Amino acid sequence: MRIVVLVKPVPDPGEERLGADGRLDRSVSAVINGNDEYVLEAALQLIDANGGDVTLLSMAPAGITDPIRKALAMGATRAVLVSDPALAGACAWSTAQVLAAALQTLEYDLVLVGADTSDGGGGVVGAAVATLLHRPYLSHARKIEPFEGGVRVERLSASGHDVLEAALPAVVGGTQLLGEPRYPTLRGIMGARSKEIAIRTLAEIGLADRAVGGAHATTALLDARPPASRGSTRVVRGADPAAAAAAIVDFLVERRAI
Amino acid sequence: MGGIWVVGEVDGAGDLTKLSCEAATAARLLGDAAKLDVRGVVVAAEPDAAAANMTAFLPVVIAVRAPEALERPAAAVVAARVAALAGAAAEPPAYVVVGATLDGRDLAGALAALLGVGILVGATGLAWADAADGLPAGPRVEMQPFGGRVVTTSAFTGERGIILLRPNMVAAEPLAAPGRVEAAATQAIVDPAPVRVVERVVTQSTGPAIEDARVIVAGGRGVGGPDGFSGLADLAGLLGGAVGATRAAVDAGWVDYAIQIGQTGKTVKPAVYLAFGVSGAIQHKVGMQTSEIIVAVNRDADAPIGEFADLFVVADLAAVVPALASALRARAG
Repeated sequence: MRIVVLVKPVPDPGEERLGADGRLDRSVSAVINGNDEYVLEAALQLIDANGGDVTLLSMAPAGITDPIRKALAMGATRAVLVSDPALAGACAWSTAQVLAAALQTLEYDLVLVGADTSDGGGGVVGAAVATLLHRPYLSHARKIEPFEGGVRVERLSASGHDVLEAALPAVVGGTQLLGEPRYPTLRGIMGARSKEIAIRTLAEIGLADRAVGGAHATTALLDARPPASRGSTRVVRGADPAAAAAAIVDFLVERRAI
Repeated sequence: MGGIWVVGEVDGAGDLTKLSCEAATAARLLGDAAKLDVRGVVVAAEPDAAAANMTAFLPVVIAVRAPEALERPAAAVVAARVAALAGAAAEPPAYVVVGATLDGRDLAGALAALLGVGILVGATGLAWADAADGLPAGPRVEMQPFGGRVVTTSAFTGERGIILLRPNMVAAEPLAAPGRVEAAATQAIVDPAPVRVVERVVTQSTGPAIEDARVIVAGGRGVGGPDGFSGLADLAGLLGGAVGATRAAVDAGWVDYAIQIGQTGKTVKPAVYLAFGVSGAIQHKVGMQTSEIIVAVNRDADAPIGEFADLFVVADLAAVVPALASALRARAG
């Protein structure tokens, strides 16, 4: 089974900030997006059980290879990094087109993508990529089971879960419920040093003349500011349970919340 | 210029979701400011009830019947029909507003690919602005990326785009006189690669969905176990709210992932967030810090949640939860 996992380097959650130009400050240490690690773990388990290989596909500045190297150390076979100066400031629609074009240069049975990203991404790129490739899209997976020629996915729904099936190749979006990602072993870390990270430009994935990248962004950031201050905290200490409960009720009444 | 379309989402009972009522209201207010036509679109096997619900908020709602055995068609099936409707319309929509649910995100992604437009994800505010600074007149969209660590305003660079609206950003506000439902004309539809729904499993109890809830009673590791969470459920019932949890409580197997709040769970913005035994680690904070009122009860006076709660009660939650339930019962008479 040939699996491609879409991975996005994101700023370490809690450390994110915008630079003076309004773009993401890339000097903050980058990690693999949390939900992408879950789908990578699912991919590694699938090839452990069924054989095959895992290719990481990412769109990021060429300098950001540490998170990719870590994902290789977890057990991915190789990585393809689409990196082009023209992609700085790319919007979600550009990103989807780039990832879809890159996927067309790869062979795969299954594409896995994290449900969303911690940097404010809304989890829309997987659906867009699947649509561009005209592949079935099975999202918000808590379980992924391949069968002959197809894949069965348990997808979270508003009221429980749905069991979905589609033919391969397919695109599957996954969640934390797929299971805790493994830590790289020492052997994995050593092995990852010699694994290939192939850098591809827009021209190399056939998008040289296409309207993608920062200059063609469909969205523009106008302003970024810190959130309004929450005001001071009222602290209650040493109250007995009834007094503590009364303090909460009084506070909610005072704020007209109940 | 085309108008604004709102794609309504249908719940398990065939009615319009609360978030779709909010999205319809937000789009109508935007349309009023922009002097643009606003219409709703509901795509479902049985769209009539939800479309009728939506006419409370919009003058025209288009009902599209999808050939699906099950009541809630996949987002890709909905996207194909909305795109076909847009392609056939005399005036295709300039902007499409969708609620940011699981299905809404899938729909927005698929629709963006079919229409070739941009998406602004997780809107917390919408306003109309005139052309300025090289940008056309259009919606200015407030968002709170990085779990609310930053507040941003963004715009579309062209006169088209899809906006995903977060719950509880506007109060649903009906029209003085309801609008009407129009059946969709037939279009040629290019259906997506098929996904078969084998089974729908309903496990979640009734009560408000956590994203929609006005009040959330959340528990963390400090709650101690499933028994502790039944105390929180009691409080949630008294307050008409929903129970939420931190990842630690979900990982411990005490509660379902569906109610996990934080970085790899849900992002919520209730009017009241009551946190019991929640330390307030960054991974949880990013999912709830924009709540209007945060009340925390924690035995640990140094818990980080004490730094951003509005009311911080340093106490043993095991005693406070039943006392609070009694106080709320007494108040309700």
